[in-house]
Amino acid sequence: MSKSMHQKKPNFIDEYREREAATRILEKIHAISTKKITIMEICGTHTHSVSKYGIRNSLPPNITLISGPGCPVCVTASSDINRIIDFVETHPDVTVATFGDMMRVPGSYSTLSEAKANGADIRVVYSPLNAIEFAEKDPDKEVLLFAVGFETTSPTVAATIKIAKEKGLKNLSVLALHKLTPPAMRALMDSGGIHIDGFICPGHVTAITGSEAYAFLAREYKAPCVVAGFEPVDLLLGVYMLVKQLEEGRANIEIEYSRIVHPNGNKKAQQVLLDVFTPTDALWRGIGEIPGSGLKIKEAYSGFDAERRFEIPSGPEIEPDGCDCASVLKGLITPPECALFGTACTPERPVGPCMVSSEGTCAAYYRYKSL
Amino acid sequence: MCLAIPGKILSIDGDTARIEVLGSIKKANLALLDNPCEGEYVLVHAGFVIERVDTKRAEETLSLIGEL
Ligand code: SF4
Repeated sequence: MSKSMHQKKPNFIDEYREREAATRILEKIHAISTKKITIMEICGTHTHSVSKYGIRNSLPPNITLISGPGCPVCVTASSDINRIIDFVETHPDVTVATFGDMMRVPGSYSTLSEAKANGADIRVVYSPLNAIEFAEKDPDKEVLLFAVGFETTSPTVAATIKIAKEKGLKNLSVLALHKLTPPAMRALMDSGGIHIDGFICPGHVTAITGSEAYAFLAREYKAPCVVAGFEPVDLLLGVYMLVKQLEEGRANIEIEYSRIVHPNGNKKAQQVLLDVFTPTDALWRGIGEIPGSGLKIKEAYSGFDAERRFEIPSGPEIEPDGCDCASVLKGLITPPECALFGTACTPERPVGPCMVSSEGTCAAYYRYKSL
Repeated sequence: MCLAIPGKILSIDGDTARIEVLGSIKKANLALLDNPCEGEYVLVHAGFVIERVDTKRAEETLSLIGEL
């Protein structure tokens, strides 16, 4: 190990950005890799890191690294984007709080950003707890938290709802469009549209769920899995562990990101999640309805359920003309294969959701020039 | 959206911790972590601590890379 790794106090980031370590792992990958394989990473934060650090092009040509449906903003159904836009336009008296990435996601006709520019009271939050602050500050005003996100984020929203109940807040509700990732992976494998040899599993989702939540991919589909962190050394080591399994003909679930992820995950967070939410069917943009892949608020917290407090009818499900996000999200094409990529569709003027957030596959490809 | 950043708990006041994250001090809620302690390294996401950093495992991963 290089000395510099120990010279500084660890911050659990810089140690995993060391060029020397990255180069050594990369050499190892090149040395052991003989088979032609396709690997999918299924987390938007991985998608971003893979592009940012140029990992895709540094791998041997026989390894194809593709991105899956790992960006929560991108997989929020256009009908759901449309209905929240419709809601803010018809409820000027309600404050809507949401995560920044949601603002520019194109619905069928408009975005939340445009609605805000037209006078709607939409506020970007860093934490769902900010919605509690808004509600406490102005008790006469209804605050609606428009919440998306995978298992990393949904426990924070569940905890927020529990805190709001303890505080006896009466003017806060949540439109919860959270998605569960394992059912989506099952749906992707069952669709048969794509051949995937192994998976890099999402580090922060599995911090909550535990790696066991993904073990079915190895056991039932014989696809080896490695749960990896997000720094370049983490990702490369994850790829190395995966390639090693594939070269040796094994299909196990392994954890590269062992400083954070355990087989059984964070039990306390899982409990908070289950206290407030129960699984339900959910519509994924570009993929369709997936059984048991969403979360709905339980009866005990129904007072905080925006769907019960307000009429929020579903909007139309119409995709922007020419946008191929559906195929991008399923890993069937890479962004440059979309006719609009980089011409009509750019991060400044996104046509589809995959070009909006820095974790969207199209945005990651564009920003880092397809590296 | 699943971005989460490691930091060190400086102090705990009820359900809230002051955490040093990359040189700056942030507050985060502790409702999702069992038995948080001052001085330990944790992972922060959307204003909540979502897991602790296992520093021993972190060392192990680094030495594993050194031995590759
Ligand atoms: S480049 Fe734009 S239009 Fe094409 S698939 Fe990506 S987001 Fe959709």
